[in-house]
Amino acid sequence: MKNDRGDIELAGVCKSFDGITNVVDGVNLRIADGAYCCFIGPSGCGKTTILRMIAGHEDPTAGEIIIGGQNVVGLAPVQRRTAMMFQSYALFPHLTVRENIAFALRVRGQSKTDRLRAADAMIEKVRLTQFADRLPAQLSGGQQQRVALARAAITEPRVLLLDEPLSALDEQLRVQMRQELRRMQQELGITFIHVTHTQLEAIALADLVVVMEQGKIKQAGAARDVYAHPHDRYVAEFMGGQNVLSGRVEKVNGASFTLAQVAPDGIEVPLQARPTVSVGDKVDIAVRRDDVALVRPGRDLPPGYTNSLPSRVLAIEYQGYFVKVMLDTVPDDEFVAYVPEKTFFADPFTVGDVVMATWATGSALPLA
Amino acid sequence: MSAVLADMPETAAPATTKAIAPSKGGRPWTFYVLATLFGLYVIALYGPMFCIYILSFQDIRGGLVFPMKGHSLHWFVDLFTQVRTGDVKGSFDRSIKLAVIVTIITVLVSFLAGLGFRKRFRGDTFVFYMMIGSLVAPGLVLGLGTGLLFQALGLNASWYTSALGAQLSWTLPFGVLVMFAVMSRFDHVWEEAAYDLGASRWQSIRLVMIPVLAPGLVAVALFGFTLSYDEFARSLQTAGSLNTLPLEIWSMTLNVTSPSLYALGTVTTIVSFIVIGASLGSIVLIQKKRGSQAKG
Repeated sequence: MKNDRGDIELAGVCKSFDGITNVVDGVNLRIADGAYCCFIGPSGCGKTTILRMIAGHEDPTAGEIIIGGQNVVGLAPVQRRTAMMFQSYALFPHLTVRENIAFALRVRGQSKTDRLRAADAMIEKVRLTQFADRLPAQLSGGQQQRVALARAAITEPRVLLLDEPLSALDEQLRVQMRQELRRMQQELGITFIHVTHTQLEAIALADLVVVMEQGKIKQAGAARDVYAHPHDRYVAEFMGGQNVLSGRVEKVNGASFTLAQVAPDGIEVPLQARPTVSVGDKVDIAVRRDDVALVRPGRDLPPGYTNSLPSRVLAIEYQGYFVKVMLDTVPDDEFVAYVPEKTFFADPFTVGDVVMATWATGSALPLA
Repeated sequence: MSAVLADMPETAAPATTKAIAPSKGGRPWTFYVLATLFGLYVIALYGPMFCIYILSFQDIRGGLVFPMKGHSLHWFVDLFTQVRTGDVKGSFDRSIKLAVIVTIITVLVSFLAGLGFRKRFRGDTFVFYMMIGSLVAPGLVLGLGTGLLFQALGLNASWYTSALGAQLSWTLPFGVLVMFAVMSRFDHVWEEAAYDLGASRWQSIRLVMIPVLAPGLVAVALFGFTLSYDEFARSLQTAGSLNTLPLEIWSMTLNVTSPSLYALGTVTTIVSFIVIGASLGSIVLIQKKRGSQAKG
């Protein structure tokens, strides 16, 4: 019976290469059929190992990998009906684009006319018709990537695994190929699992973002959830765009608490999703960089802005539609405000100025 | 490949002289000094050989030294007709057959060793040094030992048993070293990709590895052939009663005092160049085939 479901479940998956340390350490995850899932984390966090285990190029030391309801551990990639796109594309250098794409059909014993016809249809899909007779070395990076994609997709896999597919491309092409990947995923309607270390890439593409650290999943969720509601300090700092402050709880007042900080009155933080805190707890909070407003000392804070921290401007970077202002607000951590360009230049600051960094009470997020 | 090119410096020489010819300003004086030095080196390398080639084309009055006495192919005819010059044809046949067998075994074993050494295994460095050891061993001693061993075992030494073995002790390590260099440029992710696309081990070797490595395998074959074809030291005590060509030439130098010796030198050189030409030609053909496919 042909099973086309591409939903994946990882249950207690562990991998150790030396028998001592786990590169992947007890990972549990469900990926829906037809989802675009991005694994993100620093190098060595185990994301590529997970990908290779799903692909069948590596066996887990413990745990189960279930694709479409079937445990696939020990099966070859073809039996799993997965296909992998390698980081450097791994196109066969001696075969033309057409032959590269037809390779999987060739090893299955399909006749030459059949397989070349199928390859040509796929070549059209990735818009490479005029390059069908070229060798990989005669193609640009973006074209090579499309060949790799077509070669992997021709067997109609139910899961496509992409190992840092955009890392070999330059910046402009990366953005362009990113859209192409998304388009192909929607066209093929299959599950894509994409490994990257670029935050922007992950949140731009994925339905499901999985943030990893040292073999463990730190947070898995929709892109907006992971970016706007990081679970802990690690995720907040890794995904970026957040200022992380820490302090001790001074006072608990109903749905919010006060964090002792450099501010004279402390910082008021709503409890939000966090169940409870008690006085004396050490708590990390996150404030989005684009939620921080800068006000000159002595001026009124905008309505609803209760917290304000006196700071000195350390550096200013013009970024186009916003200006990145680095502050010495907290002694040991980076504190940055992303000020909209127009707001900034209405009353520009210079390095060394003293400002009040302020934000709406509701935009502070307590972290686990 | 660099080894193949090293065998044919005459292809490089014209390029250098051409570079000197348009003596436009800008070249430092050291260039001319080094170019002269290189020219002298080339003359020293090929001069003696050309003397022999030239002297082999004398007529019947010819002697072993300059000046030339007439022009003819007399000594080439003499070489293949006169019995007193020795069994040139028979030894030539044997040498070619032996070189072909050595080439086949060398390519096969080197390729398999290349496959074996892709991953580290227990004792891999030991195996590697054992192999290199046979390169370092003096050829004469190794040949002598092989001959003695065959005698002790009561086996008859012959060109296709003991000499074959002794030559392989020389060509295999060379072949394997060349193979390692070739394999180092093979990206193992290609094999992984083949496996991912459903290729069996054998399909992955046949459809990916061998075609990608083909030019390197030709280089290994060329090595095996030329090393065997002119092998002397290891064959001396192991060839048995029937000589290979280098042994025949050597024995001729002891008793033949006519330019037919030089004619033999010319003929063997031509054979060498045919083999080298065929090898390089096949590499070019492989690349051209890929190029034309690509243009399509």
